[in-house]
Amino acid sequence: MSLMQEMNERALELGVPLGVHLDVTYRCNERCVHCYLDHDDHGEMTTGEIKDILQQLAEAGTFFLTLSGGEVLMRRDFFEILEYARRLAFNVRIKTNGVMIRKSEARRMRDLGVEQVQVSVYSRRPEIHDAITKLPGSLKRSIEAIRLLKSQGLKVAIANVLMTVNMGEHAGVQALAKELGVTYTLDPTITPKIDGDTSILNLRIPGSELKAVFHNKDLVGNVEEFCAPPPRPGEDVMEGYPCSAGHTAAYITPYGDVFPCVQFPLPSGNVRRQKFIDIWRNSPELNEVRSIRAKDLPVCSTCSHVGTCTRCPGLAYMEGSMRGPSTADCEKSFQRTGILSANMLRQAHAHTHGPLIQIQPLAV
Amino acid sequence: MSEKYIGRSSQIAARVLGGEMMVMSSVDSTFFTLNEVATAIWQAADGRTPLTEIVVRNVCDEFEVDLETARRDAEQFVSELSHHGILLVSDHPFDMSAGPVEAA
Repeated sequence: MSLMQEMNERALELGVPLGVHLDVTYRCNERCVHCYLDHDDHGEMTTGEIKDILQQLAEAGTFFLTLSGGEVLMRRDFFEILEYARRLAFNVRIKTNGVMIRKSEARRMRDLGVEQVQVSVYSRRPEIHDAITKLPGSLKRSIEAIRLLKSQGLKVAIANVLMTVNMGEHAGVQALAKELGVTYTLDPTITPKIDGDTSILNLRIPGSELKAVFHNKDLVGNVEEFCAPPPRPGEDVMEGYPCSAGHTAAYITPYGDVFPCVQFPLPSGNVRRQKFIDIWRNSPELNEVRSIRAKDLPVCSTCSHVGTCTRCPGLAYMEGSMRGPSTADCEKSFQRTGILSANMLRQAHAHTHGPLIQIQPLAV
Repeated sequence: MSEKYIGRSSQIAARVLGGEMMVMSSVDSTFFTLNEVATAIWQAADGRTPLTEIVVRNVCDEFEVDLETARRDAEQFVSELSHHGILLVSDHPFDMSAGPVEAA
């Protein structure tokens, strides 16, 4: 077991929120077609409130801190927040579109000891990237930012969200990442809007494209291993937790709301009304999330994929139940292995069999 | 032997978890956990206090270790962490104000 795994195990045993994702703003200078956020400012936390939260997180044992948004640099006090976070010795990762990063910002991030900066790139072709962000010139500026960050010696990652409007672009983005000497991550996850609007789910790539992604050795490495049929789940799997959300991870919105994860909008408290540690320890919602084991999932516990599925409890929650299946992850498991999930089989069965008793009006 | 002064680098993250200090370098992502004695030295590394004084005050007095053993172990620890850029070492006292990180 690596030191990092040991640390995660220990945090789980001790109930420590080891990793926290803090969105400092939802405001953004881009208007990405797939974005799930409302970009208006509905009363963001002040600089002082955020510093207080950071102090509380440090005291609670948080080590990994992701600062994201919205676009983090839309906050004029972003560097004050970052400097304070680093003074408290967090391992800080920043998610940004890079558009507002110039040499001075890149140098400051380096000087403050930021662990990694993640920049979103959707295509290496401006006509596609800029059409997604709806900000002309954004690709050029994002790439310039990556170069500046790299030149300062910072670790940079390109995040490539894959959707219908940039299908087939991932090879180009991956090549760009290689040219720039940065790491590349691909994510085909599109989530409903924060207000529950599911219209953007139409942007999810079709199964055939997902299958091609999962069988591309340049993206997944060893295809045979990655797409192997799931092994029979053991007791450890059935007694296991779905993911770190609410166990060692939490998410805080710019308004102080606490959720188990950025992708799990279960209101669990607000740091403007309660201390973070009280929410973390005593929130009934977080305690409910923590109580769920794989064996407690009515459909997924019967699924052959239960031990290897990337099932997101947050996406399941948005579909209606945190104990239910996440159909996007069912699709991923199917496209990866060719084996239908228990939920897919259940739905297919429901569609092929009509109701046992059918009542129809008699023709008279 | 000349005196050494040690200070925490600004390029690290650190936190106590279950009584052990975790330290990670943002330069090369190396990750360390420090035991109690190493943590005591780490927390006292302010760039101004001589290493010998740290060893006497924070190790020998606190953990009942003889000076020679404690000093040898401390020098080895300092050498390893400075190799990874996690601790800064100088023959002279230095200002850590450029380094933002508190002792966690």
